[in-house]
Amino acid sequence: MPDTHSPALRSNQPADAHAAVYRYDEFDKTFIFERVEQFRAQVERRLKGEITEEEFKPIRLMNGLYLQLHAYMLRVAVPYGMLSSTQVRRLARIARVYDKGYGHFTTRQNIQFNWPKLEDVPTILRELAEVDMHAIQTSGNCIRNVTTDQFCGAAADELVDPRVYAEILRQWSTMHPEFTYLPRKFKIAITGSPNDRAAVQVHDIGLIAKKDEVTGRVGFTVYVGGGQGRTPYLAVKARDFVPVEEIIGYLEAILRVYNQLGRRDNIYKARIKITVNEMGADKFIGLIEEEYARLPRQKFHVDPAIVDAIQTHFAPPPWVDLPAVSDSFEAAKAADPAFARWTRTNLTEHKTRGYAIATISLKPIGGIPGDAESSQLETVADLADLYSFGEVRVTHEQNLVLAHVRKDDLYPLWKALDAAGLGTANAGLISDIIACPGLDYCALANTRAIPVAQRIAERFADLDRQHDLGELKIKISGCINACGHHHVGHIGILGVDKKGEEFFQILLGGDAGTNAALGEIVGPGFDYDGIIDAVETVVNTFVNLRQPGEIFIQTLARTGHAPFKEALYARA
Amino acid sequence: MLVKAKGTQQSVAASRLLDGEAVWLGTGNIWVEDVAQAAVFDGADAIAEALSFAKAEEKRQIVVDVYPLDVEITEAGTRPTHLRERLKGIGPTVRRDLGKQARQPAA
Repeated sequence: MPDTHSPALRSNQPADAHAAVYRYDEFDKTFIFERVEQFRAQVERRLKGEITEEEFKPIRLMNGLYLQLHAYMLRVAVPYGMLSSTQVRRLARIARVYDKGYGHFTTRQNIQFNWPKLEDVPTILRELAEVDMHAIQTSGNCIRNVTTDQFCGAAADELVDPRVYAEILRQWSTMHPEFTYLPRKFKIAITGSPNDRAAVQVHDIGLIAKKDEVTGRVGFTVYVGGGQGRTPYLAVKARDFVPVEEIIGYLEAILRVYNQLGRRDNIYKARIKITVNEMGADKFIGLIEEEYARLPRQKFHVDPAIVDAIQTHFAPPPWVDLPAVSDSFEAAKAADPAFARWTRTNLTEHKTRGYAIATISLKPIGGIPGDAESSQLETVADLADLYSFGEVRVTHEQNLVLAHVRKDDLYPLWKALDAAGLGTANAGLISDIIACPGLDYCALANTRAIPVAQRIAERFADLDRQHDLGELKIKISGCINACGHHHVGHIGILGVDKKGEEFFQILLGGDAGTNAALGEIVGPGFDYDGIIDAVETVVNTFVNLRQPGEIFIQTLARTGHAPFKEALYARA
Repeated sequence: MLVKAKGTQQSVAASRLLDGEAVWLGTGNIWVEDVAQAAVFDGADAIAEALSFAKAEEKRQIVVDVYPLDVEITEAGTRPTHLRERLKGIGPTVRRDLGKQARQPAA
């Protein structure tokens, strides 16, 4: 067994005793176990014919169960992307026993299993409940799993721990009687840092932490009405500052206005972004403020005692005092160029001296973005126990994170990851692609997305070339629903059906970060074979145009789209 | 996205209730797992009759998500004309070890 610095492993505690996940109390446990048995009875009644598919469909969707192209699909909630190693092992077991040995991590920081049998799903949900997990709020017209910054609690630039408020939002929204049947699904993202790593401006509500310079109070800037899909919008700022203790009341007001005014007559116009933009942002925000003024504020005031209680679940792990520089880490970097390359892309500065945040790439060259085999999940769980307090995070970019790794441990960590096919040095680079399941799995898709991502990654397989290109985010959707976030890719790719054939449009200039922007379609689409050459043309144009130190999105902003368009279509 | 069937030759697709397996209505009103063995219904009346049977099968808790699809007859059997339906008959193209293709290499 490798050396470990884990205080839990050296004691009699569970290895993930310090993992920052919300641990259910008896009330929570009773609720989810009762929910499992309720669903088991509903499945039995469905199989006996006592309820029709029309009656059963909304029930199964409320329990995360979809019917896809080849089989059922179960989407399991990973609240704000946080998992303990025990939970990761349970996911691995479910994949192996009830599915086909792998799971797929999604842009909502959830995990999907693509092949469960209907009759097994209640048992799967029971196995999840045993480790404080479920599939609630992963489907349906409710408030979905709240997403956040994967570096929360570890990032050097954090003002407030967003997990505390994400958990408060989870508790507030779960089974909220007014918000169980919204006009349409509702997605909230929250970041505790002013640097947006959670794509908050393309969410129905986005929260970005802010400190009031005058009073020193911490709160959130509230954005509303963002979203992707067939009609993309960036969210508008509803309020520059809402103190943390007032955040539930303010969100309650937004949801009430939307619930009343959202279009229930047309599924394509039912999201809050349409309501905001049809009505006009100023008028919509005025209605929020009116509703907020009417609310019994005290009822929605976030009690500091509750915040403190929830904070205990996300208490910092027992970091130790370490020197800022690790001699063994520096020596390993000097001795092993492949490791040194990984450290350049897959490590992020930690707020505590001597530690680092490690991103585990689920994008091996030619692999399926976001997929992890059972054995890989078990490897990650073991490594989390050894090196990161038994905690694993899921990112909205379909990777995993170990948030608290001693610099001394980074080299053995990377070697173990690399041996398991998880050590690719490409976080944030051209092969770190978000791709929706597309037509390979999804019943709604028009085209495939995964093989396009695979072929782009293979075209740019040379990691030296990728590192030379620098940060470059490609995002691919297999249909207009935009599950692959193509609107906010530096290079976005949208698959469209053209008389039964797959075609792919290229969008340029999207950005999911702090300077959020929607990409623009650059011109006519490309066929399945042509799209890879087209992406390479865009990249080569960037290389020809870039100035020293520029990344793709900066060059594009400086030059505009014209030279890229010319390069793409001049050769056609 | 589901493609509207409008050709004169159509088959009927569904998913099996118990496990979600993609199936097609075969000759003799039997559900088959291989799209090549799907029955081909020629003309509006035959298609309507087949759909009527399939809808009744939904009520008997055999299948769900019944719909017609355009097909053509080839030497290898029934072949969907649209990519989506062809992929439904095979499995994920990115995992050749999964789906129907894993057990029916000839499909």
